[in-house]
Amino acid sequence: MTEKHLSSQFDSDLNSVSSRLMEMGGLVETQIKRAIHSLTYFSISEIDDVLATEAQVDQMEVEIDRALTTVVARRQPAARDLRLLLAISKITSNLERVGDEAHKIAKRVKSLVESGEARQMPIGDLRVASDLAANLIHRSLDAFARLDVGAAIAIYREDDLIDREFKGFVRKLITCMMEDPRTISSSLDLLFIAKAIERIGDHAKNISEYIIYIVHGTDVRHSKLKGIENIIQ
Amino acid sequence: MNMAEPSPVAPTKIVVRDLNFYYGKFQALKSINLDIPEHCVTAFIGPSGCGKSTLLRTFNRMFELYPEQRAEGSILLDGENLLTSKQDVALIRARIGMVFQKPTPFPMSIFDNIAFGVKLFENLSRIELEERVEWALRKAALWDEVKDKLPLNGTSLSGGQQQRLCIARGIAIKPELLLLDEPCSALDPISTAHIEELIAELKKNYTVIIVTHNMQQAARVSDHTAYMYLGELVEFCETEQMFLKPARRETEDYITGRFG
Repeated sequence: MTEKHLSSQFDSDLNSVSSRLMEMGGLVETQIKRAIHSLTYFSISEIDDVLATEAQVDQMEVEIDRALTTVVARRQPAARDLRLLLAISKITSNLERVGDEAHKIAKRVKSLVESGEARQMPIGDLRVASDLAANLIHRSLDAFARLDVGAAIAIYREDDLIDREFKGFVRKLITCMMEDPRTISSSLDLLFIAKAIERIGDHAKNISEYIIYIVHGTDVRHSKLKGIENIIQ
Repeated sequence: MNMAEPSPVAPTKIVVRDLNFYYGKFQALKSINLDIPEHCVTAFIGPSGCGKSTLLRTFNRMFELYPEQRAEGSILLDGENLLTSKQDVALIRARIGMVFQKPTPFPMSIFDNIAFGVKLFENLSRIELEERVEWALRKAALWDEVKDKLPLNGTSLSGGQQQRLCIARGIAIKPELLLLDEPCSALDPISTAHIEELIAELKKNYTVIIVTHNMQQAARVSDHTAYMYLGELVEFCETEQMFLKPARRETEDYITGRFG
């Protein structure tokens, strides 16, 4: 929010809650990067960090919601302030779920590594999707900080790439399992990992929708990209 | 700068066209165009001096009490131009009730506060008059509190009760339109809640226009809201839209407290 309120305390409250959201986003980003690093290098050294951060992310979600409730109760926000606060509440929930997905990835990587079968699996094929998912979360937070609708739309568009990668990867896993049923257990771990990555992309897309809501006041959830572009124009 | 969008659902009760208003040489309202829907609550909001009370007072020609004040344009109530009407102004005001910021009970009994206006316009029997007084007091959510002290002076009531007494007095003559000029600004939150509840009830039978400085009150009670600034109507739309996504930046700056 660029223009100031007559009440500087109100500005300070809004800035504070926005900063807390960015802080939570930073934490979640680190979680994803560590989870993806563990997956890429079959390393379990960072997995405990990912699991430990989970509690911190959950705690931040609760704190941000409490701060939001206080601002609503004390300030009775309207129009773009109200939209911003509602959006922050929703974005916080999405970030918390991204944290959950990173947590799931970490747990499955641990299981894969411990099974000793990780190196036979087509893990490299997940690289594109996982990097893209981490990148989309980073860019969605950046777009939120700048309330950049153009960047939000680009994220919306790129989430489709992750979905396509996911479908392709599932086909590959099915082939693996059919060729060698001994890989079923590891394939299932990888399937859950791929699904978690796909969900992270969805959450980045959701965050983009809330950025459009803050700026334009239009709820574009469950809308097609074409429709969203028309609304914005 | 004017935007007047009639409600898509309710029929229009008042049509304001090209209304200009002058306090001597000072122009307080500038080319106002507005369609006020029937059986709805319409709120006028805006900073002090924006003309919202002035606009409200043109609807019952209150300004005619002062020779240096004049209005140009038209205010059509059910098609009849109130500004040029040859009708007795007292009859016009019987159709358009008004309640002011400060409670203004007459220095007479609670009963007579209500009965006084009714007796001016209607010839009712004693029983009919008593029924009308009870009806008005019940509508104003005051009956239970005053039914045992109707002969007491109206000024003996609390501020909130006095204001509800004034509303009861306003509706007792069964006007079509009720004008409320900051009716709760001198009241505590409980009395305010009673009056807001009453406003919601009243719109079933009347068209209500409320001027308020309290934006949350406008958000709570009104169906449509008009934002005015420096004598101009900046935006008029459904209240929900006004407080969630106003069309104009000026409106948004005002309702979010960025104004000035």
